[in-house]
Amino acid sequence: MENITVKVNGVEISVPKGTTVLEAAHNAGFEIPTLCYMKEINEIGACRICVTEVNEGRGFRLVAGCVYPCSPNMEILTNSPKVIESRKKTLELILSTHDRKCLSCVRSGNCELQKLCKDYGVEDAGKYDGVNEHYEIDDTAAHMYRDNNKCILCRRCVAVCSKTQGIGVIGANERGFKTFIGSAFNMGLGETSCVSCGQCIAVCPVGAIAEKDYTKQVMAAIADPEKTVIVQTAPAVRAGLGEAFGLPIGTNVEGKMVAALRRLGFDKVFDTDFAADLTIMEEANEFVERVQNGGTLPMITSCSPGWIKFCEHYYPDLLDHLSSCKSPQQMFGATAKTYWAEKMGIDPKNIVMVSIMPCTAKKFEIGRPDQNAAGVPDVDFALTTRELGRMIERAGINFLGLEDEKFDDPLGISTGAAVIFGATGGVMEAALRTAYNTLTGKTLVDIPQVRGTEGIKEFAVDELNVKVKVASGLSNARQILDDIRAGKCNAQFIEIMACPGGCVNGGGQPQVPMGIRNFTDIRAERAKVLYNLDKEMPIRQSHENPAIQELYKTYFEKPGSHKAHEVLHTTYVKRKINEV
Amino acid sequence: MNSTKSTVPFKGTPEQEAQLLAVIEEKKDTQGALMPILQKAQEIYGYLPIEVQTIISDKTGIPLEKIYGVVTFYAQFSLYPKGEYTISVCLGTACYVKGSGDIYNKLQEKLGIAGGECTPDGKFSLEACRCIGACGLAPVLTVNEDVYGRLTVDDVEKILAKYSA
Repeated sequence: MENITVKVNGVEISVPKGTTVLEAAHNAGFEIPTLCYMKEINEIGACRICVTEVNEGRGFRLVAGCVYPCSPNMEILTNSPKVIESRKKTLELILSTHDRKCLSCVRSGNCELQKLCKDYGVEDAGKYDGVNEHYEIDDTAAHMYRDNNKCILCRRCVAVCSKTQGIGVIGANERGFKTFIGSAFNMGLGETSCVSCGQCIAVCPVGAIAEKDYTKQVMAAIADPEKTVIVQTAPAVRAGLGEAFGLPIGTNVEGKMVAALRRLGFDKVFDTDFAADLTIMEEANEFVERVQNGGTLPMITSCSPGWIKFCEHYYPDLLDHLSSCKSPQQMFGATAKTYWAEKMGIDPKNIVMVSIMPCTAKKFEIGRPDQNAAGVPDVDFALTTRELGRMIERAGINFLGLEDEKFDDPLGISTGAAVIFGATGGVMEAALRTAYNTLTGKTLVDIPQVRGTEGIKEFAVDELNVKVKVASGLSNARQILDDIRAGKCNAQFIEIMACPGGCVNGGGQPQVPMGIRNFTDIRAERAKVLYNLDKEMPIRQSHENPAIQELYKTYFEKPGSHKAHEVLHTTYVKRKINEV
Repeated sequence: MNSTKSTVPFKGTPEQEAQLLAVIEEKKDTQGALMPILQKAQEIYGYLPIEVQTIISDKTGIPLEKIYGVVTFYAQFSLYPKGEYTISVCLGTACYVKGSGDIYNKLQEKLGIAGGECTPDGKFSLEACRCIGACGLAPVLTVNEDVYGRLTVDDVEKILAKYSA
């Protein structure tokens, strides 16, 4: 690649041809602010907050730095008075249609617009106030709401929905001053084929979209002496929660998280990882059964509720390929309210099962039919990592000062195979570890072929004569599913996660400002936490988990037993894409 | 947010659908096919209700919202059918100054629809237009080919009654 030389604020730097002004400035140590820009996903140069002065020999002029390519010997000014003035004006214009309820906004303190207004010294937020459209809040979806009064029309949500996820249930409607982000025919999001992945929330720069918050209900349950309130935490939460307290991306806060949950008043602090091990037992058994009995292959994992809903809407003809296993969240709730409740002598009606998830689709999942093994919902409240962060802050717990603590027994006991569920390829790796050991008697614990953030991965386990595929991000999943439809898929076992990179990058994880996301792979950084935890675990194969062995010995008998089917397995629903 | 699904029952015929499918088949693999497909669809049906947009979405694989976004962006597309009688109120400068805005509002209220829409019985559709060259008669409205001028708000009911029979 040919290199060219440019000067950023007087600093000379050599960059590959085709580099944008934004990237060149970043390389030279100057950040250019962005609102609409998402690398490779939303390069529309629309919001104009990135304007930068460039001189290509004809004098300085303002260009959109996020998309404008560098030319040889270009002079770039990222901080000139003209630039600052223009950005400030843009902010004032954005604010003229922005509902400035910052004090009560869920994003206060980590709002990208708020930060820019502070950075650029916007004094009069109402300078260009005028007639405004008023939008009703759309709360028709189970997992989130949209408040378009706060929307700045950056279209990041639209881009992730249509490009990253290949769904496109939201877009820009009407035009000009009346433009708003919504769904076709002004349908509520809950009426569309939205899969609840929450990737839109994860990229929203402001408080226009957010998960439905159930922290108040959870705190009320904890305060109720009649209730035994227990909590489970998904693997990926420990890899993301620290960011809500200013820790670097990729910090493991498992021990602090457990300590904080105990201080919040949960009666037992358990680990979804336990149920991840259980999932492997059931799923591996189901796979072997399908292979032996001529069942539908390839079998596809069912841990990701966003993926499940996607399959139901967009590939209802392939539902037989889905494993009938409930997701780990639901397996956990079902086991807690049957096995553990019996063991402890507690009426399942008095157990409140709270889950902490990196995921918004889990909020949809808990309301699904056939997810109530004990006659009551398996899980009562599914909170996101962000909601947990807010609960800890509200309770005045000094998170950073907490000493590490351990999960409670027995539903807090888990293996290294379970903790990697939070990264794309983790479920597959965990399943292969158990399958390989069971079938060959040998141990295989590191399978780098299924790790990493590529959208689609393939691996042939020659000794087992099995081909596997792993996909994350629903537009990647589409490629595999289209192959299955066309009879061209040669794999027998497939892992699919709705979110790119898997749960570590789930829609319920702390929002990372796009200025950082554009230059850091948060998927890889957070996944490292999980693989490091796996490496340090004394047991790294699910079937060796002593608590799981005990569970089968005393309760379920064996994987796939009648009882296991009643408690741990579920059914799916055929849905449509466009319902008229 | 109010639904923009037309309340007039969809009366598309198999012939119209066959025509639309032929258009989609012909254009769907070309770049930028959506605009010409939508234009033809509106020619065929007269408007673009959810039933028509859904056919286009299903056959092209373009998400319904994306189609809807394009339809609502361009003034040339309509989500609502034309009624048996199209009432067109001039909101040009002269008529507006003489109070046509009030007449337009009164019609929306009486018909229970917003400008651009059609009553559920398919009888009246309402639209605003710009100057029909009869400024001397301002404020002016037309019902199909009939022209009414020098109107006051009180005339609205009489005019509607004439066509409601």
